[in-house]
Amino acid sequence: MRSANNALEVDQLSRTFDVSAPWLNRVIDRKPKRYLHAVQDVTFTVEKGKCLALVGESGCGKSTVARLVTGLYAPSEGAILFAPAVKGRGRGRPMEAQMIFQDPHASLNPRWRVGDIIAEPIREFGLRSGAEATEARVAELLRTVGLSPDDGKRYPHEFSGGQRQRISIARALASEPEFLVCDEPTSALDVSVQAQILNLMRRLQDELGLTYLFISHNLAVVRHMADRIAVMYLGRIVEEADTEALFANPQHPYTQLLLQTIPDVAAPNRDRELMGGEPPSPLDPPKGCAFHPRCPMATDQCSKTAPEVRARAGGGTVACHLAPAT
Amino acid sequence: MSMSTHPPASDALALDVRGLSVEFPTRKGVLTALSDVSLTIKRGEILGVVGESGAGKSMTGMAVLGLLEPPGRVSSGEIRIGGKRTDKLSEAEMASIRGSMVGAIFQDPLTSLNPLFSVGQQLIETIRLHSSRSRMDARARAIELLKQVGIPGADERIDHYPHQFSGGMRQRVVIALALAGNPQLIIADEPTTALDVSIQAQITALLRRLCREHGTGVMLVTHDMGVIAETADRVAVMYAGRVIEIGPVEEVLSRPKHPYTRGLMGSIPALGARVERLAQIDGAMPRLNAIPVGCAFNPRCLDAGSRCRQVRPALVTEGQGSVACLVHDGGVQ
Ligand SMILES: Nc1ncnc2c1ncn2[C@@H]1O[C@H](COP(=O)(O)OP(=O)(O)OP(=O)(O)O)[C@@H](O)[C@H]1O
Ligand SMILES: Nc1ncnc2c1ncn2[C@@H]1O[C@H](COP(=O)(O)OP(=O)(O)O)[C@@H](O)[C@H]1O
Ligand code: SF4
Ligand code: SF4
Ligand SMILES: [Mg+2]
Ligand SMILES: [Mg+2]
Repeated sequence: MRSANNALEVDQLSRTFDVSAPWLNRVIDRKPKRYLHAVQDVTFTVEKGKCLALVGESGCGKSTVARLVTGLYAPSEGAILFAPAVKGRGRGRPMEAQMIFQDPHASLNPRWRVGDIIAEPIREFGLRSGAEATEARVAELLRTVGLSPDDGKRYPHEFSGGQRQRISIARALASEPEFLVCDEPTSALDVSVQAQILNLMRRLQDELGLTYLFISHNLAVVRHMADRIAVMYLGRIVEEADTEALFANPQHPYTQLLLQTIPDVAAPNRDRELMGGEPPSPLDPPKGCAFHPRCPMATDQCSKTAPEVRARAGGGTVACHLAPAT
Repeated sequence: MSMSTHPPASDALALDVRGLSVEFPTRKGVLTALSDVSLTIKRGEILGVVGESGAGKSMTGMAVLGLLEPPGRVSSGEIRIGGKRTDKLSEAEMASIRGSMVGAIFQDPLTSLNPLFSVGQQLIETIRLHSSRSRMDARARAIELLKQVGIPGADERIDHYPHQFSGGMRQRVVIALALAGNPQLIIADEPTTALDVSIQAQITALLRRLCREHGTGVMLVTHDMGVIAETADRVAVMYAGRVIEIGPVEEVLSRPKHPYTRGLMGSIPALGARVERLAQIDGAMPRLNAIPVGCAFNPRCLDAGSRCRQVRPALVTEGQGSVACLVHDGGVQ
């Protein structure tokens, strides 16, 4: 590890998917194999007890990073390094990340009682000895996420979206993780319920000293949760900095576009001009800087050479030819 | 262009809904999905409709479109589109009203587009259905509409099929289709929810500009208060099948009168500054078969008093808007 303060270090991580047509069609049509670079050369660290957020448009690779970090996908290239766990059954071994998904319905087994869903990791890893201790732990977890121990007897479909997300959080906490990967945990929820879940996640972070990798496309939510933000575009991190620094002084034109296009309740822009440009296909990314077809500042150089990731004035990194020198 | 909150007065309202109730008869009894909903939209005006999931936003839009799913039915109230009473019309009559007098834009553009026909064929058909234009004229009009919604290379793209467009482009085509019959009213239900953030603002800005230009009234249903703040002239807040507050956008969003609207506004993380803890409305919206007696919001309301558990507040005028809360109507005790 580069620093003992880091919970996670990710180095030049890439993941490629083979999206070729079936072999026979390829032979008949004389088409080569096709690869999709979902994540390319991504490097970041997450400090212990902090929250790093990944933001960007759909298809930019956020969930792929989450799946790589939690081991659901194997990297094509690069390294993922967790700090040693300091508590729980895996003490001394690398931390294991638990994941919370966008759709709590899909991630909870509908045929199991909520109590059994939460107890499963406790039983599987033998975290408590005996049925009584397990039951007490499940009750404690239910209370921690703002449900009642009685709710353990009910089935997932008997709960609302927000309550189901509380159940998935309780389940994720059951294996006593120090690191949580949250992929759009509130995107399927109403703003009022989102506020309940975000407040809960902040409280748990303080009480349990959790470290978060937090994924969202909602910049206001990210601003509320994250200490640090990495902005992704077409598989790459284009800018990364402390939350306040990024909001105060976004340096990548894509970050600027994102910040400008979010309608803000507190300061609505009712004279918004139509802005052009759509995200390009990840199968056929533009040459040079992938953002150049949409970039208002693009120069000739931008369509030819991809900008390198370099130090960002004011801390962090940025990948743009025109970003101010440090 | 100036953005006035008081759109030009006009004798014909694009939409006039009075005392609308919608029921679903079920084996276990009748569920009341909408109860006494009243709202108006002037021509060229955008009314935002907000509220938690299940509040009845989509239901209101579907009732106006005459697309309630059976056994759902309008049990009382009146709906007028452009001055014409529509809630008593037959299926066939309503079908001809859709397109000519009221257009629809839904979350998923694919539900509004036929994959088997080019966008041009669909536009031309809609245009000719509602006017006496020749095929040639209709095609020219279709190209003009595609240009208006910002589709580059419209004269070529008109012959492309829906699957050849990106999500944002498809939603533009749907907007063009909704405008093709020159309707007085458009129902837009979460039109940008399925789109990327950088595209959402494009689409709502487009909708706003076109409706001003065409004098079309819009009911804009959305979860996104930011979109409302930027796009709507007035806002209706719904809770448990009722309108609980309605008024000019800046009045409702910055000086909400109803405790529920206040909670909703406080629960939105702001882009401008970070707070330690978001305001939170505890609990959840009641199910239709368990709507509390009195004010439906009373179990979640911090201001509730004994009267709130007995009397159902009616929508009363206050300032430039209206609110349904006993604090503003005789007190909570
Ligand atoms: N076919 C049906 N039978 C019975 N109840 C229904 C039916 N369709 C909808 N409802 C109920 O009517 C109420 C209003 O639904 P509606 O879809 O309008 O809510 P909404 O505010 O648009 O929610 P969302 O934001 O989730 O779309 C909800 O309580 C819903 O469960
Ligand atoms: N298993 C897979 N096979 C092929 N392509 C994939 C797979 N998983 C993700 N992708 C592609 O990788 C890109 C990034 O996807 P993802 O990380 O899910 O995006 P998001 O930022 O929306 O979460 C997308 O273009 C997606 O289609
Ligand atoms: S490198 Fe060029 S195209 Fe890319 S973001 Fe910077 S200025 Fe724009
Ligand atoms: S009527 Fe009573 S319960 Fe309902 S919103 Fe007003 S104060 Fe709250
Ligand atoms: Mg995703
Ligand atoms: Mg809806």
